[in-house]
Amino acid sequence: MSLKLRNVSKIAGALLIVALLVGLVPAVIGCDDAAADYPLHDPLVRFRIATTTSLYDTGLWYHLEPIFEELANVEMDIIYAGTGIALEYGRRGDVDAIIVHDRAREDEFIADGYGINRRNFAYNFFLIAGPPDDPAGITGLTAAQAFKKIHSLGMQGAVKFVSRGDDSGTHAKEKLIWKEAGFDYEEVRNSGDWYVEAGKGMGPTLLMANEMKAYVQADISSFLAYNLKNDLGIVSLVEKDPIFLNVYAAIAINPETHPKAKIDIANRFINWLISEEVQEIIADYGKAEYGRSLFFPIAECDIPGCPPVEDYTTPVPEYTGK
Amino acid sequence: MVELWHGLLRAVELIITFDPEVMQIAGRSLRIALTSAVIASVICIPVASIIHFNEFRGKRFLVSLIQTFYSIPTVAIGLFVFVFISSAGPLGFLGIIFTPAAIVVGQVLLITPILLGLTISALRGVDRTILDTARSLGASQMQMMVLTIREARFAVMAAVIMGFGRAISEVGISLMIGGNIRGATRVITTAISLETSKGDLEFALALGIILIFIALVVNIVMNRIQQR
Repeated sequence: MSLKLRNVSKIAGALLIVALLVGLVPAVIGCDDAAADYPLHDPLVRFRIATTTSLYDTGLWYHLEPIFEELANVEMDIIYAGTGIALEYGRRGDVDAIIVHDRAREDEFIADGYGINRRNFAYNFFLIAGPPDDPAGITGLTAAQAFKKIHSLGMQGAVKFVSRGDDSGTHAKEKLIWKEAGFDYEEVRNSGDWYVEAGKGMGPTLLMANEMKAYVQADISSFLAYNLKNDLGIVSLVEKDPIFLNVYAAIAINPETHPKAKIDIANRFINWLISEEVQEIIADYGKAEYGRSLFFPIAECDIPGCPPVEDYTTPVPEYTGK
Repeated sequence: MVELWHGLLRAVELIITFDPEVMQIAGRSLRIALTSAVIASVICIPVASIIHFNEFRGKRFLVSLIQTFYSIPTVAIGLFVFVFISSAGPLGFLGIIFTPAAIVVGQVLLITPILLGLTISALRGVDRTILDTARSLGASQMQMMVLTIREARFAVMAAVIMGFGRAISEVGISLMIGGNIRGATRVITTAISLETSKGDLEFALALGIILIFIALVVNIVMNRIQQR
């Protein structure tokens, strides 16, 4: 009797293993790169870009990636990276093109010979969000005035400000606004517990500001996208300041610095981004989900600080070698 | 709290419907971590035996050093490997940056100290009388080694499972040198971090639950094997 019981438990155990293996097999097969949902175009030609997080978090790349893969017959590898690390990948030649949003560091990157053929292709705005009761009373102020108020109330311990603190494009803009408001950034960041450096991407930073009922600077697309999925208890308080202009740029990696960089595909990619087809996609992207556009075609940019027209209308020239 | 419940429901839904993208990511996580665990085992079990069976100066210090590296942060390894295999680095010519192979390299480095240290402990735990008996019966050095490993197999397997667990659950290496590329190097942990960043907390939680489920399945299978 006891023997039989043992046999039964053995059989049950074997069946369990078989069942689990059957469950695992699709998982293992599913990792085959040719999985149906994600066709590879030409797995041998991999085109790598590092892109700023906001364009990724809002799903824009999910939308654009298959179109370009189809068009150029390449496999696009999109690496999710804030502007700081994206530039570093570019300097090291680990990617073929970068998508960033920090004019000053872009200029430096190009001047140092790492990048060529920059074209601006989209823009939107930053905003300052905070608790709806707005204890610092920043509603309707300019960005610099708002930062001054947040600073003075922060020093009294009445409010908090959460910074990305990660050298991203958003963080660079924040530093610029502090400067505009007449502060030394190093002093601000060391001035007390009210200034919180998250060291995280936009999403987690928003979540943190939400928990702490703090003020935070965010790009409008990330703010809307995050708000749609999680009811944030913070609202947008300051918008429509020209300093909030947020311009996205695509830069090809200079093949003279990094001979392996796929300059031809990068050029084609950049020209495609500024093409009418993509500009239309950008204009409409997010309208259905968010009730408004998340990004604007660069040609619509007409406030001070917008890039010159030739920065987005002139197609990049073909690379003809050294 | 409601997110947890929704996350659980979502996890069940993703598993039973064989959601293709989740299956792809889960399969890749599993494949990479298993590869790392196998490679690390092949390296570590013999090396651990060599360390265990030989007496030399500084052996204690070496073992302490190995144990110290249990606590190395994954991002530190990620960064270390990145500097080597980045196109500008000394091993850049291999061209493995942002590929699954790069993740495997990082994970092997991560779990090597764990496997070495725990295997040495496992071998130490073998009853001396068994070895003495074997020696008195005329067993060779090689036979003694094999016998010890066989006697210690449960503890050695526990070390391998531990190494696998650390490999499949790490995020720093996969993110830093894998690049979290959709369809190429996205694994469960990097997907969790991305979905958190995108604000889809339920999906992120569901992926976490799936990771635990995979670990459960692997552990059950490994335990079955060692009971043979």
